[in-house]
Amino acid sequence: MQIEMKGIEKSFGTNKVLRGVDFDVHSGEVHALMGENGAGKSTLMNILTGLLKKDAGTIKVDNHDTTYASALDAEHHGISFIHQEMNNFAEMSVVDNMFLNKEIKTKLGLVDQKKMRKEARQYLVNLGSDIDVDSKMGDLTVGQQQMVEIAKSLMINAKIIIMDEPTAALTENETAILFKTIRELRSNSVGFIYISHRMEELWQICDRVTVMRDGLSVNTYQTKDVAENQIVHDMVGRDIGDYYPGRHPHLGEVALKAEHLSGKKFHDISFEVHEGEILGFSGLMGAGRTETMRALFGIDKLSSGKIYVAGKETKLTSPSVSIKKGIGFLTEDRKNEGLITEQSLEDNIALPSIDTFRKHGIIDKKAEDKFADMLIKRLTVKANNAQVTAGSLSGGNQQKVVLAKWVGSGSKILILDEPTRGVDVGAKKEIYELMNQLTDRHVAIIMISSDLPEVLSMSDRIEVLYEGKQMGVINAQGATQEQVMKLATGGK
Amino acid sequence: MDKAKTTKKKFDFTKYMALVALIILVIIITVLNPQFIAPNNLLNLLRQASVNALIAFGMTFVILTSGIDLSVGSILAFTGAISASLILGGTPAWLAALIGLAIGALLGALNGVFITWGKVTPFIATLATMTIWRGATYVFTGGNPITGGKMNTSFFFQFVGQGYLFGIPFPVIITLIAFIICYVLLHKTAFGRKTFALGGNEKAAFVAGVKTKKLLIIIYTISGLFAALAGFILTSRLGSAQPDAGMSYEMDAIASTVIGGASLMGGKGRMAGTLVGALLIASLSNGMNLLGINSFYQQIVKGVVILIAVMIDSQTQKNRE
Repeated sequence: MQIEMKGIEKSFGTNKVLRGVDFDVHSGEVHALMGENGAGKSTLMNILTGLLKKDAGTIKVDNHDTTYASALDAEHHGISFIHQEMNNFAEMSVVDNMFLNKEIKTKLGLVDQKKMRKEARQYLVNLGSDIDVDSKMGDLTVGQQQMVEIAKSLMINAKIIIMDEPTAALTENETAILFKTIRELRSNSVGFIYISHRMEELWQICDRVTVMRDGLSVNTYQTKDVAENQIVHDMVGRDIGDYYPGRHPHLGEVALKAEHLSGKKFHDISFEVHEGEILGFSGLMGAGRTETMRALFGIDKLSSGKIYVAGKETKLTSPSVSIKKGIGFLTEDRKNEGLITEQSLEDNIALPSIDTFRKHGIIDKKAEDKFADMLIKRLTVKANNAQVTAGSLSGGNQQKVVLAKWVGSGSKILILDEPTRGVDVGAKKEIYELMNQLTDRHVAIIMISSDLPEVLSMSDRIEVLYEGKQMGVINAQGATQEQVMKLATGGK
Repeated sequence: MDKAKTTKKKFDFTKYMALVALIILVIIITVLNPQFIAPNNLLNLLRQASVNALIAFGMTFVILTSGIDLSVGSILAFTGAISASLILGGTPAWLAALIGLAIGALLGALNGVFITWGKVTPFIATLATMTIWRGATYVFTGGNPITGGKMNTSFFFQFVGQGYLFGIPFPVIITLIAFIICYVLLHKTAFGRKTFALGGNEKAAFVAGVKTKKLLIIIYTISGLFAALAGFILTSRLGSAQPDAGMSYEMDAIASTVIGGASLMGGKGRMAGTLVGALLIASLSNGMNLLGINSFYQQIVKGVVILIAVMIDSQTQKNRE
């Protein structure tokens, strides 16, 4: 199967999101689609799979002009789209998920569980997976759920599978298994369109790469012939030089000290962070970094341990207490815990500080407007005004809004959990610069990050956790990825 | 995609949908029977609207948090009965009223405790307390109305439900004051902001320092308090506490809130909308009575109006997106 898209254009209202995109893919290759958020990748894929109609351009499938009427139509013709947020039903079994809308029926018109189970198992076994088809979808790991999605694609005989950031939530192990599966399917002449933000994956799994920027396809390369710098250059339209602005810390007093913190998934964690310092927390998924910080901030319960803020022992029993003590927490899960997506930027930004705008019990709206506008400007949030909904912004700008909340509430200690996840290259750099500005003003930052280059470049010291235990602290200056990884995987 | 939606400050028609519907309704009824807009009838209509409006004000806070309070009708009956029996027993009417309000607030707080600490969903928690307090009312009254005695002679008691101030029924004045307080509370204070935040995203509100459990308990307390206030007014207006008073009043309150543009998913709603919703429901009943429409048919019409109002609202929501 060969798909050739030429000159694809698409507008939403007056906003032209695709301005003549060329893209092609054929069976037996993995073709990466790279580009910042908003470059038009998803729109292009939605047009290919019939979710959206194109305004102009041609799509040729095996040299015939083709337009799919719907996602279902595209599926019938062998094109399957595995979305980043997998549309599965957590409370239903794996087999019921796989056969949803394609149930096999007995002569009586009842669902033939036995046959479905057998077939489902076969598809999964073919992928080298031993997932129990009777287990609830919600009980599977993200990696296993992805396997089920791929099995579903194979059930419909997909010739081309589109994957949108498949590894975003996978552990390294799961990623390795996914790549192995992709390679095997590729040799069985399945083609992949692979959307990712992870640069290194281009050379691990992809044959070709097309870079998109601002609704245009900039270039297509064989991955073996192209260097990372070139891709980054194409993505942002300029040389961004080093991603990382570098660190020049001036340490002050100890801002926060934790002694022997223990809780559900972490044991005996002690550390301190100074004013003006970025303390990195590295480790694999499930190492207990997020859990430690959630308990410290008062979201979850701490079973034992002491916390000192500015030298004084403090009980941080709930987020509201922590905020009063000058702590802010940018959570890992931006959509569910960081933002109220349907409310305005102003409402979001002012929320942790809302009590300070009271004047005889009434909110001083003018002061609040000013406050929000000032923070939006200071954190370079790209938005028309403070009244647009938070959900309408791109990932990077949403993250800046969350930061604005905590900067605005006057945090002296900021906990940042995966601050650049789902954020495109340009905005990443801006967030790093903001972090530097904050530490220049004596804010202490604790940064949890699974991105090794990020941890190494943006921390002053790095605490490494492994299975809920503290493995050691490394001075970031001159440290190597191997050093951190060794500790993070339990080595000494 | 990436770009923020431009929201121009133009006249937002959807915000006034309920008001437009109310005006149209008033015109239609007036054309069919001009008596409708006679000052006496309008004052009567407002008095009829006040009990439901008061409950609906409390309900608006609850619904904004994506909760629901089904127990308001039972709290109304229970506190009304207690106040009435206290008055019969010689307690000064103002004190009996205060005790009724306090119990209403307490029962509301209890709902909040079941919902937050007990982790029972609002629908189930208040369904249970609705049954409990209705049962308690029957037990307390023995199934008979409480009436007569000092209830007939207490000026305060009589005045609250039946009196006039500057020619305006006193319940209407109470409702107006309650509206202003609720409006300011919801739209102008930190408390209101936190309510919206909690309804928009409870987890994010908690992380941002909102004491979500405490806030929810306060909100259900407000709902209970307003149910009790409505209860005292109703008891006074009827001159007796009926054991089955306030039956299915929760439905009218929810309907008023929803007609006023609130979303049961939480995070969206306006106090003024709720007031208009309550007026619309009262106008429907009053108007159909004037037109001599059988009360059985009235229910059907009311149901249809609720459906249409919400459908128009969700359609315009969709179009805007």
